[in-house]
Amino acid sequence: MHRQTLRGLYDGLSRGDFSSRELTEALLGRIEAHGATLNAFITVTAESALLQADLADKARANGTGGPLNGLPIVHKDLFCTKGVLTTCGSKILGDFVSPYDATVVQRMADAGAVMLGKTNMDEFAMGSSNETSFYGPVTNPWNTKLSPGGSSGGSAAAVAARLVPAATGTDTGGSIRQPAALTGIVGLKPTYGRVSRYGMVAFASSLDQAGVITRSAEDAALLLGVMAGLDKRDSTSADHPVPDYVAGLSKPVKGLKIGVVRQHFDEGLDASCAERVRASLAALEDAGASLVEIDLPSIGLSVPTYYVVAPAECSSNLSRFDGVRFGHRCGDPEDLSDLYCRSRGEGFGAEVKRRIMTGTYVLSAGYYDAYYLKAQKVRQLISRDFKNAFEKVDVIAGPTAPTTAFAIGEKTDDPITMYLNDIYTIGANLAGLPGISVPCGFADGLPVGLQLVGPHFAEETILACAHQYQQLTDWHTEGPEDFA
Amino acid sequence: MSLTKQQVQHVATLARLELEDGEVDDVVKKLSRIVDFVDQLQAVSTDDVLPMAHPLHMSQRLRADDVTEPDQRDFVQQNAPSTEKGYYLVPKVIE
Amino acid sequence: MSGNWEVVIGLEIHCQLATKSKIFSGASTAYGADPNSQACLVDLGYPGVLPVLNAEVVRMATKFGLAVNASIAPRSIFARKNYFYPDLPKGYQISQYELPIVEGGELFIHGDDGNEKRIGITRAHLEEDAGKSVHEGFGDSTGIDLNRAGTPLLEIVSEPDLRSAKEAVAYMKKIHSIVRYLEISDGNMQEGSFRCDANVSVRPRGQTKLGTRAELKNLNSFRFVEKAINFEIERQIELIEDGGEVVQETRLYDSDKDETRSMRSKEEANDYRYFPDPDLLPVEIDESFVEAVRQTLPELPDVKQARFVEQYDLKAADAEILTGSRALSDYFEKLAAATDAKPQVAANWVIGDLSALLNKEGLEIQESRIDADALAGLVNRINDNTISGKIAKEVFDAMWSDGGSADDIIEAKGLKQITDTSAIEAIVDAVIAANPGQAADYRGGKDKLLGFFVGQVMKETGGKANPGQVNKLLKEKLG
Repeated sequence: MHRQTLRGLYDGLSRGDFSSRELTEALLGRIEAHGATLNAFITVTAESALLQADLADKARANGTGGPLNGLPIVHKDLFCTKGVLTTCGSKILGDFVSPYDATVVQRMADAGAVMLGKTNMDEFAMGSSNETSFYGPVTNPWNTKLSPGGSSGGSAAAVAARLVPAATGTDTGGSIRQPAALTGIVGLKPTYGRVSRYGMVAFASSLDQAGVITRSAEDAALLLGVMAGLDKRDSTSADHPVPDYVAGLSKPVKGLKIGVVRQHFDEGLDASCAERVRASLAALEDAGASLVEIDLPSIGLSVPTYYVVAPAECSSNLSRFDGVRFGHRCGDPEDLSDLYCRSRGEGFGAEVKRRIMTGTYVLSAGYYDAYYLKAQKVRQLISRDFKNAFEKVDVIAGPTAPTTAFAIGEKTDDPITMYLNDIYTIGANLAGLPGISVPCGFADGLPVGLQLVGPHFAEETILACAHQYQQLTDWHTEGPEDFA
Repeated sequence: MSLTKQQVQHVATLARLELEDGEVDDVVKKLSRIVDFVDQLQAVSTDDVLPMAHPLHMSQRLRADDVTEPDQRDFVQQNAPSTEKGYYLVPKVIE
Repeated sequence: MSGNWEVVIGLEIHCQLATKSKIFSGASTAYGADPNSQACLVDLGYPGVLPVLNAEVVRMATKFGLAVNASIAPRSIFARKNYFYPDLPKGYQISQYELPIVEGGELFIHGDDGNEKRIGITRAHLEEDAGKSVHEGFGDSTGIDLNRAGTPLLEIVSEPDLRSAKEAVAYMKKIHSIVRYLEISDGNMQEGSFRCDANVSVRPRGQTKLGTRAELKNLNSFRFVEKAINFEIERQIELIEDGGEVVQETRLYDSDKDETRSMRSKEEANDYRYFPDPDLLPVEIDESFVEAVRQTLPELPDVKQARFVEQYDLKAADAEILTGSRALSDYFEKLAAATDAKPQVAANWVIGDLSALLNKEGLEIQESRIDADALAGLVNRINDNTISGKIAKEVFDAMWSDGGSADDIIEAKGLKQITDTSAIEAIVDAVIAANPGQAADYRGGKDKLLGFFVGQVMKETGGKANPGQVNKLLKEKLG
């Protein structure tokens, strides 16, 4: 059962091969068996999952189930879940029980999905290796000495290890796509505004976007259809029609113009990864797509731009964690200032503090124009590059990450080394574009990801391309042996 | 350009973050590294480029002026570290 | 006091907009609820929640902008003002910084020299209010009530065009009157719905460069605005004349001590790190919306005042008083329409006796126990000589305390004026007969004694005789 995709499970449930309860119990068993090794979960909601599964079974019997009826899902622990611990991987929210559901959580539940738990993550989604979590690093199912990437590392590890078929994630600079690439699965970051941010604990509001981590592009399409669409509680959610993403998958790649970014194959990219990516591009070309070499002249500035914009927004977004209305409060504060400084000093980890301080610095008097305003202008240049490129091509394809999975502890000394992991993914966030990472083979036994980026609201295009690629290849069917 | 300890302390005060003594040197080092890294933006010519605050060109949606939120105080205050008679408590503020 | 000095004042008025729900959330804005019972997750700054702008605040701000002849920005943006304070749940206030919704307006007041004076309005922007800190009753702690957090405010910033505390008050009263006319604020100063900060500086007369200013915070009555500014002007002049220098700072007015004092605590690390709020998008207002709002503008105080002088032939000062609030002017117009008397006579009743009783009992005109139609009934009985002005006061008091129409009271108390000449004549004859000495003296040239006889007749008739008739008859009989 656990090796099946959502699609396969849905069919199995429909045929009566097994019930939602049986499925839920089986997966809860796997989570329990492998939980400690992977550290993928912060909270497992076994009891409520079984209740939801029973309801789903009833609904199926009555013929009233939603499109995800009885299908298991886990949520990254920065989606607010009513009555369930929501920590964001931070000590400061160590005992925070959300009084409400995020829109994504609500829509999944309304569609009948069964939530099995909340996944581990980099603290407040700030990290690319899952090492900044207060709840300890997540390990990569392909080799547990390695990082699964981040920040949605728990979601990626859980899906890659076949503990669950699908998980939600969030992507501010690559936090869905990079861990998906490093664990050999599919990670979809939709267009900014495609999915509501309501109930997602904010990191950088103009970059954050909710998405999914699955094993097939088809499952990603199924989930996106449920999550996407206008939400009146989020002013930045787009009032844009939601197409039938699953129906759109059948569109062939024949005639598709695929842009290959010259700058993506610079010396930063690991040679064996480059080889895998080139092979996958060739496969698409063989299937009838045409490859067009393109330039994104400002793309090299995306990482420094991001590391001004994201910390600036985060410094302000995280001011609400002050030990007054919720969250960690230090013991015996002397006065108000002590309450603030110690609650926050104790509650936030080192990376989060660095980002808050970077953001505070770039917004402070005398530096705003030089850093923040400048970065907003360079962001415009980067966005313009993409716009120009999409006048020539339908999708842009390239590597998701510069290397395969790296060892836990390998990149923690120098923040810049860590930040450069997201060199190929950040551009899509700055420009608000949809992106997907699909497994495209192995280098030294570790998964490599192919990234497809499309114009605003072109999820159908990149999902169809990813799906067609998965019809041509079977990389996505391979799983780590230790978790077979 | 490197940040001084004083600059870092000032930023920490603005951000209301207590830094442990042992933490400060590492923060100064890493923050300087980050600031040096983002300094490469200074060399980019951005004359006549408008700053971009949002990825999409949309305008603000408006909400009808209706009261939709019920009183949830007692439920919500279960998350609060210190309350009394419905108020959130903080150490006495002297004005 | 300030002979050699010129005073320069600019006001920042914070006006609470009269919406049902908050600026960015669906929580109620009703005043006086249990602490934190009207603070929803958005107001509390909960993780993950997002602001959505209330349509009504955009309409109200637009209405205000049009009323003060300002331009309405086709595109305005919200920014975050970052600082930590327990009554500010998110650690930032959502406000407008660059690109406010209203820019460049004006209004006119009576300046100190008695002439009409233009006061520029730099801008008016939308923002959210903070909560309240309660310092008493929690021992070593301060209690935080966030019911007010997220209440919509329109901050109206004047140019530094005001030259005295009196002008500042006149300007503030004008704005107060305008927002109430527009029905965008209840203007309730006790509840903090209308308050201001004053930027005050002085400079030697003739100098063009502005002096260093002090910002006086949270002045919540017209009286305090006047007193605080006057205190501050004197403080600054004395300071400079003694060789000192004014420091740019925030000062708090203490109404008990009638002084301003420095609030250094608020000054500390004043780096607000404004930046555009990424959770909110640009507010776009098109011309058709502006035009639709323009159609809803009521007649404004200045225009109405001029019309009152023109149409009702009122004294300018009276017209100004009567147009001070929309409700008062409505009352007067209803009264004027229902009476045959001259409008000025009706106006005198409203400004005189009625206002006195309202003030005494602390009532608004809408709460008056004598409505406009009832008062018209009274004024009409004076006008048709049914009762004298003196008796009218008695009837008015009875109407106020017991209710009922003027006619009913006149009837019940038998207060109808005696206009029957033969009846008055009989009394006049009797009075002359009873006072032969005075009659002789009058006839001998002591004209002043006429008043004595009138008084006697009025006494005999219980004040009900028509004074004109009495005079006429006495002169005939004593002549």
